[in-house]
Amino acid sequence: MTFDWQPVWLTLKLAGTTTLLLLIIGTPIAWWLARTHAWYRQALSAVVALPLVLPPTVLGFYLLIMLAPDGPVGRLTQSLGIGSLAFTFEGLVFASMLYSLPFVVQPLQNAFEALGPRPAEVAATLRASPWDRFMTVVIPLARPGFLTAAVLAFAHTVGEFGVVLMIGGNIPGETRVLSVAIYDYVETLEYDQAHLLAAGMLAFSFLVLMTLYLVNGRISRSHQP
Amino acid sequence: MSRIEIRLNHRFGDFELDVAFDAPGQGVTALFGRSGCGKTSVLRAVAGLERTRQGLVRINGEVWQDEKRFLPIHHRAIGYVFQEASLFPHLSVRKNLEYGLRRVPERQRQIPFHDVVELLGISTLLTRATPRLSGGERQRVAIARALLTSPRLLLMDEPLSALDHAAKQTIMPYLERLHDEFAIPSLYVSHDPNEVARLADHMVVLDEGRVAAEGEAAPLLTRLDLPLSTYDDASALLEGFVGSHDHSYHLTWISLQGNRVAVPREDLPVGRHARVQIQARDVSLSIRAHADTSILNILPARVIDTRDISPTQVLVRLELEDGQTLLSRITRRSAIGMGVREGMQLYAQVKSVALLS
Repeated sequence: MTFDWQPVWLTLKLAGTTTLLLLIIGTPIAWWLARTHAWYRQALSAVVALPLVLPPTVLGFYLLIMLAPDGPVGRLTQSLGIGSLAFTFEGLVFASMLYSLPFVVQPLQNAFEALGPRPAEVAATLRASPWDRFMTVVIPLARPGFLTAAVLAFAHTVGEFGVVLMIGGNIPGETRVLSVAIYDYVETLEYDQAHLLAAGMLAFSFLVLMTLYLVNGRISRSHQP
Repeated sequence: MSRIEIRLNHRFGDFELDVAFDAPGQGVTALFGRSGCGKTSVLRAVAGLERTRQGLVRINGEVWQDEKRFLPIHHRAIGYVFQEASLFPHLSVRKNLEYGLRRVPERQRQIPFHDVVELLGISTLLTRATPRLSGGERQRVAIARALLTSPRLLLMDEPLSALDHAAKQTIMPYLERLHDEFAIPSLYVSHDPNEVARLADHMVVLDEGRVAAEGEAAPLLTRLDLPLSTYDDASALLEGFVGSHDHSYHLTWISLQGNRVAVPREDLPVGRHARVQIQARDVSLSIRAHADTSILNILPARVIDTRDISPTQVLVRLELEDGQTLLSRITRRSAIGMGVREGMQLYAQVKSVALLS
């Protein structure tokens, strides 16, 4: 039996890219949500949380329509010369980012809220510019939040299935990720292969969560007086 | 021009802050008032942490805020000490101290690292992790951290209020030395008349978002029309100098033009300036000067005015021969029995005197 590593690598690449981009985009959103008193804050919070409650197929369906060559995003990407994102790796990254957004924004927002405005104020009185105080005080103090966000985004992207199936399909090396591969193996009754991947996923997920709890436990202990 | 000029007008929800005062460009100015009177808001606005609708903040000629300008916090040469020490928990004591220092250009640094560390007695703490410090140690590190930015104005928001009595007593001498050794003008927020008496030269009394009184600290502390004289520990400040030492009885006499008071012996040079604090509750009154009393400090005084502070107690404001004021808290029964009235000459018997500096 030859083991096909391609879906594993593709999945890791997808999850890694998604996590990195989400941390970059999610941080300002979470910071803004934690600080603002604007009336539309609740509305934005609800939009960010939508992927938590929507069936992935709903998200995938709308994404497919949007990304299709005649959809709003599809037209834009085509006019930019990128072509349609549907059934491409880039399209999957885009969809995964939407799908995992709440898993990044919420832990970060909680971390920023728990921190309160004081540490940044102190840094400001010590001559730190806004960017400086964010990098040297807020991020280090919100580290457990960043760690949780990164791990959840990664793990959640690894585990997605419905969205991928809707807008990615099953193109080897491009959109055929782990969860789709397992489904495929089961469909074609290749249980051995399915077992291998499924057990690997199980062990991986457990390890990820275990590490997260261990590290967070250590950080919060070291900050106690 | 050596002045601190503050004009602030702002609405915080239901609370309106409308404050205008000038403070000397040197020494400690206390912002005094009950909680909720707006003193912290004033401090935050001066620092730039709060943006007021209208305002002027001018520190020794340098404009930090007016109609056109609003200098961002990190461009203001302030040292801010918060109520809770607010040290960065992810940094060691040394890194906390260096955080502000490193962000000040080298040629603007006027206060040497070692001087500050020595003055605040924290040299043994430098390698410690901040969460392991006691409350008093933390606040000392926070004060040192603020000083190391070589501020042109030191802002202190009740730096002692989160500490217990013992920790307060240990920090107070550091604050007094700070005042003597680095001539940094300071705004010091407090609701404790004792702290004000010990530290402040000038004071601004705030009440419901407005300035109720301002001026030199000593006369204001004894004004009966201001809320601070009704506090349980209302007290008066007297300025004098070290007159002589009494070796056999282990006393130091402090001269107050024409009069003198005794304090437990302190090893201070004769002629040095001295400031003493006398609590109103430690002063009793008598019509004649008694020689047959255990009380050493008996000062002739004239009644300026009186005020009922409770159904049983009266606060009497007295003028000493040198023009300084003293407060005495006696029962209303005694006041009526003795016939205490304005202009009356009598003797103040002072049970205890605290030497402040």
